[in-house]
Amino acid sequence: MQAYRRVEMTVGVFVIVGLLAISWLAIKVGQVGGIGESGYTLIANFDDAGGVRKGSDVMMAGVAIGRINSVTLTDNDHATMVLRINEGIKITEDAFASVRTKGIIGDRYIRITQGMDDTSLEPGSEIEETESAINIEDLISKYIFSGKE
Amino acid sequence: MIRGDKLSKVYGTTTAVSSTDIHVRDAAITVIMGGSGSGKTTLLRLLAGLEKPTAGHIWYGDEDLCTMTDNRLYELRESMGMLFQYSALLNSLNVYDNVAFPLHEHTDLDEEVIRTMVSMKLEQVGLRGFEHLMPSELSGGMAKRVAFARAMAMDPKIVFFDEPTSGLDPISAGVISTLIRETSTKNRMTSIVVTHDVGAGLSMGDNVILLWQGRIIAEGTPDEIRHSDDERVQQFLEGRPDGPIPFSRSTTSYVDDLTHKPGTVRLES
Amino acid sequence: MSDVTFVQQSALAVFFGRLGRSTLSGMEKLGDATMLGFHALGLIFSKPWQGKHFVLQLYALGVGSLAIIVVTGAFTGMVLALQGYYTLAKFGSESLLGAGVGMSIIRELGPVLGAFMIIGRAGSSITAEIGIMRVTEQTDALEMMAVNPKRRILLPRIVAVIIAVPLLVAIFDVVGIGSGYIVGVELLGVNPGAYIAELVAKVGMHDIYGGLVKSVVFGFLIGMICSYMGYRSTPTTEGVAQATTQAVVISSVSVLIVDYILTSFYL
Repeated sequence: MQAYRRVEMTVGVFVIVGLLAISWLAIKVGQVGGIGESGYTLIANFDDAGGVRKGSDVMMAGVAIGRINSVTLTDNDHATMVLRINEGIKITEDAFASVRTKGIIGDRYIRITQGMDDTSLEPGSEIEETESAINIEDLISKYIFSGKE
Repeated sequence: MIRGDKLSKVYGTTTAVSSTDIHVRDAAITVIMGGSGSGKTTLLRLLAGLEKPTAGHIWYGDEDLCTMTDNRLYELRESMGMLFQYSALLNSLNVYDNVAFPLHEHTDLDEEVIRTMVSMKLEQVGLRGFEHLMPSELSGGMAKRVAFARAMAMDPKIVFFDEPTSGLDPISAGVISTLIRETSTKNRMTSIVVTHDVGAGLSMGDNVILLWQGRIIAEGTPDEIRHSDDERVQQFLEGRPDGPIPFSRSTTSYVDDLTHKPGTVRLES
Repeated sequence: MSDVTFVQQSALAVFFGRLGRSTLSGMEKLGDATMLGFHALGLIFSKPWQGKHFVLQLYALGVGSLAIIVVTGAFTGMVLALQGYYTLAKFGSESLLGAGVGMSIIRELGPVLGAFMIIGRAGSSITAEIGIMRVTEQTDALEMMAVNPKRRILLPRIVAVIIAVPLLVAIFDVVGIGSGYIVGVELLGVNPGAYIAELVAKVGMHDIYGGLVKSVVFGFLIGMICSYMGYRSTPTTEGVAQATTQAVVISSVSVLIVDYILTSFYL
């Protein structure tokens, strides 16, 4: 019976270690929603999300300060993104959000540039100033059009 | 009473038991004898419900073993025991746990009570004090005695013995035969013994059945069998190599096989 | 009985005859295995609950496989880091090492290599043990003692493997990612921040979920196949040896096939 108690203990430890491994993967590596998350959310509307997706980075001055929680279509017209910003990062009320690309063909991300205001955005509020993705095709046609004039 | 009704068992192309009727009397020892390959072990396994017959029925009272539910079968088996040819002790358990196994499984008795019962059963087979040994540390004779104690643990009404004396020295074989004889009489058990040991079979049986090629060729009390005028029975009892039961099991002519006659060449199918 | 007639059969007819027969017997076995496995699993709802036997099996199969899983996990992570580093360094993107190691281990190598190791360590022992219990008539003895061997022998093993495999695979993943970190960061000088950041950024929850689902399915396959092969093995010494080999081969191949199917669902 004593031996069986030891077996039980070992099995218990084994199961706990296994479950810890699963949770570490899920929370730390997979960043499962809710449990491992901290910080607050902001909203931003864009005319063109330009390929930014759930999980894309939010960066400021080249440093990742959060990620995109969701990208949805609003009013059949424009894209609304929910940005999750890390704890302790203050963003001014007149900050400017733009869709950018890492390198020439890299991942899309949201770049946030701080404004001049002293007050910072409350959790859940909206970043008013946004700039949509730069569409290379638009750029080219604009260039050709202006060349004709 | 256990009754086999036109039992047949076919493995592939070999018929182990063919259309056999068998009656097992209550509170008596029925001995099934026969040479190796005569189908006696198959018949025992059919009666114990370890295998399903190809055709026929097995009646326990008025219940058919072949059609009853698993639950009912397990219920019946709580009052059955079986001694296997190679003991079949559970490797992972020591002698005590092996004998106590049915009690642990089917009763809510206190460990104290079980300990007493196991001691009694082991005393009966002369192995008290060996509780801590593992099956791998036992000799064949000891393992068989432990298996006997285990088969008796629940004080069963019906016990099956598969070759109880084979592979044992004469003394151990004698011990086992005596145990079967004594416990059967004392507990008014229905015992079914399969053996090829003529001496042991005739000495312990109340009723003896002789099997050859899956069929019953003789049935009766040991005395009736001893004085049977059937040549095959006498050959078996005396152990003559040749007689009505042929020595050779080959079905082709020896000369043909030696000269490689084309008609006798067998093809791998 | 010995009058054998010669019938000339064309090679093609023989071939198709064999093909047909082996397909039929394969189907029959598959059906038998499925029915036996689900029958055993169905017994989980019937009393008595086999808790103690399940814990003992989890110990033998799960804890017993831990060492081999940690060793294979460590070396898989290390070799991936080494290989990945030299490939990525050519493009100047060593910072992606964490993502590369993490992705490959979590999505593919963890479940598949882990399953292989568990087949070799635990699956073969399931088949051999059950096979030997058949040879020595221990299953018949259980049957005669009114203990259903399907419930006592098969059920705890199948359930233990289904639970043990995901746990072991998760441990494999963590050890692999950790040892990849050690080789990449400590030996090859990749930026530690970049290793973790890229790992976290590129590996999504659905990758981890996919890996987990795979390992549960593999556990189910291993448990079913290995216990079936043992339970239906020819009860002789050669029969058990053959069944053990076949159990390892069949489970490994089915793991690979099912892995492809699952991957195509999850991508």
